[in-house]
Amino acid sequence: MSKTSSSPSHQMTSNHQDHFESPDYYQLDDLLSEEHLMIRASIRDFVKKEITPFIEGWAEKNHFPSEIVSKFGMIGAFGPTVPVQYGGGGLDYISYGLIMQEIERGDSGMRSTASVQGSLVMYPIYTYGSEEQKQKFLPKLASGEMLGCFGLTEPNHGSNPSGMETRFEDKGDHYLLNGAKMWISNAPHADIAVVWAKDEKGRIHGLIVERGMEGFTTPETHGKWSLRASCTGELVFSDVKVPKENLLQGKTGLGAPMQCLDSARYGIAWGAIGAAMDCYDAARRYSLERIQFGKPIGSFQLIQKKLAEMLTEITKAQLLNWKLGLLMEQGKATTPQISMAKRNSVEVALNVAREARQIHGGMGITGEFPMMRHMMNLESVVTYEGTHDIHLLILGADITGINAFS
Amino acid sequence: MKILVCITHVPDTTSKISFVDQDTVFDKTGVQFIIGPYDDYALARAVELKEQLGGSIMALNVGLAETEPTIRKALAIGADEAIRINAEPKDAFFVAHQIAQVVKGGDYDLILMGRESIDFNGGQVHGMVGELLGIPSVSPVMHLDIEGNIAKLSREIEGGKELLEVALPIVAGCQEPIAEWKIPNMRGIMSARSKPLNVLDPFEDEQKTVVENFVMPAAKSGIKMIDADNVGELVDLLKNEAKVF
Ligand SMILES: Cc1cc2nc3c(=O)[nH]c(=O)nc-3n(C[C@H](O)[C@H](O)[C@H](O)COP(=O)(O)OP(=O)(O)OC[C@H]3O[C@@H](n4cnc5c(N)ncnc54)[C@H](O)[C@@H]3O)c2cc1C
Ligand SMILES: Cc1cc2nc3c(=O)[nH]c(=O)nc-3n(C[C@H](O)[C@H](O)[C@H](O)COP(=O)(O)OP(=O)(O)OC[C@H]3O[C@@H](n4cnc5c(N)ncnc54)[C@H](O)[C@@H]3O)c2cc1C
Repeated sequence: MSKTSSSPSHQMTSNHQDHFESPDYYQLDDLLSEEHLMIRASIRDFVKKEITPFIEGWAEKNHFPSEIVSKFGMIGAFGPTVPVQYGGGGLDYISYGLIMQEIERGDSGMRSTASVQGSLVMYPIYTYGSEEQKQKFLPKLASGEMLGCFGLTEPNHGSNPSGMETRFEDKGDHYLLNGAKMWISNAPHADIAVVWAKDEKGRIHGLIVERGMEGFTTPETHGKWSLRASCTGELVFSDVKVPKENLLQGKTGLGAPMQCLDSARYGIAWGAIGAAMDCYDAARRYSLERIQFGKPIGSFQLIQKKLAEMLTEITKAQLLNWKLGLLMEQGKATTPQISMAKRNSVEVALNVAREARQIHGGMGITGEFPMMRHMMNLESVVTYEGTHDIHLLILGADITGINAFS
Repeated sequence: MKILVCITHVPDTTSKISFVDQDTVFDKTGVQFIIGPYDDYALARAVELKEQLGGSIMALNVGLAETEPTIRKALAIGADEAIRINAEPKDAFFVAHQIAQVVKGGDYDLILMGRESIDFNGGQVHGMVGELLGIPSVSPVMHLDIEGNIAKLSREIEGGKELLEVALPIVAGCQEPIAEWKIPNMRGIMSARSKPLNVLDPFEDEQKTVVENFVMPAAKSGIKMIDADNVGELVDLLKNEAKVF
């Protein structure tokens, strides 16, 4: 009876048992509290029960398991840093990081669902919203009764969101919203959208748009080869009347959505290393089981080099993430610091996924092992929440004081 | 409904087992500890019964301070309070005696345990506790429902199952499918922080058993394939190598 890897039978179950263990080469667990370790273990058990037995089937069928939303709510994966009084977990940033790491260890698409809800929907409502907005939305978002999405990117404005065209006009007793957002995670299933749009003076504000408002639709984006278990879509607004009480008053300007992205990117920095750990762990096991030339392939120097380099990069990233977590907790983390961690983690994860896939030879291209799925997922992760190159430019601007964006 | 759940702090089922000090002491280095899987079923059923009937759950462990993370997990899963009897649980009678003393002072309706621990797999503590208290003890219990003052349960027996009705209070040694293991959620973990974990000195007792030494089972040897035509070689190997006759 292996206790940690029991899972219920299910039609989409793969026959692979999930024996995942995270590497801890530098005894970094010593830096975590007893509570952190329990949080990590619980989310890991949750992922082994609710995600890994089914994920290959979901991804293959391009299926978003909508029942996962209430399960995430139940385990407490939505808005873990939001205070308990609003239904959140009241946890610290290290806990948040560990939760994202474990979920993305399962799948980046599942982590996207959770981080959009927590960092991009609950966070702005908690940080910029009125007391009524917090009371109305946060507990339902935390429990998974409601799913939310975050609309910043537009068809013509991705890396340059300040050029956005979505606009609203003050009509006295309501706002009139027009425009369109694209590439929006959770959109087709979302009950509410936090939408960033310009007022008559061209100033960016956040508005809460609710499903059912006339003129608001969320067509799904088809044909993705990445994040296939997460749903992505558009937000289309044609003369949508948004009640005045749905405006987020606390902060305006591009800095408002950017601050949300800081929180989400921090989660991605941890999450991507979760995906890397999953690939590394699979490769380490496989290298000991697979025999070629009469020996386990793990006995060949080239395989050992790959494993040693993977573990080195994962360990460095773990330390970076942990220290960034402390800076977040103290409110001292800067945007360029977060860019560095997000960028580093995703690059490490992409490289580890490729090397781990190669170690698996032909088997590595099948859904029997997680590497191809992680690798394809990570192509979105390296693009969203600021592309790899945009984060480089953020760092470059911070180092030199010279903005190279435009 | 006042429920006492007795939990063990045991090595994870995938741990590598080795011994030190001339094979008299289990080596805990690098070993991950968990709530005993059968105790975890007992706890899960306790949480369900509390949801259904109201009441409170006390978790109990006989062990040293190192078991506290395991006890906290029980609190995170849903126990309201916990007691740790500060002693090394060196034999089953000692543990049973400690548990019986706690029950005497506590007025519990149900004392739930695992069918057996998974470190020493004695399967003895529940029977001993029942005997010490003069109340019924039943194991291994696969279903447990409470109606008024009566526990309705089913128990695995040789070649079948037995349905029983027993008046409370009782001791039950639980196993699957009595309930599904519960994973603590983030709110549970947060609230476990502030739930009371009371540490008590052990009740006076003698230790009735002493470990002389532990012996590892022989490593499994490889499988030898013998050609179907070659019965003579098979007989020879069975006789001279495996020494089965
Ligand atoms: C699966 C998925 C989910 C997403 N979810 C959301 C969501 O929930 N909400 C949301 O608002 N958005 C979301 N996005 C959008 C995402 O944030 C954008 O795709 C991203 O910001 C890049 O924008 P773009 O696709 O328009 O690319 P572009 O901005 O057109 O960039 C194309 C290329 O040009 C490069 N480039 C652009 N400007 C410069 C420059 N100045 N210097 C050098 N290189 C430059 C980029 O690095 C990139 O390589 C999602 C995207 C994907 C793929
Ligand atoms: C240093 C050391 C040496 C030991 N040497 C021996 C030995 O030589 N022989 C031996 O049999 N055991 C030994 N033990 C283990 C100890 O005896 C067990 O904790 C105790 O015997 C109960 O084990 P069991 O297998 O009999 O429990 P079981 O009767 O199988 O357990 C049934 C149920 O009783 C409850 N329970 C058991 N133990 C505890 C506990 N500590 N706290 C709370 N509830 C509990 C649980 O609900 C459990 O599922 C040793 C332990 C230590 C730490």
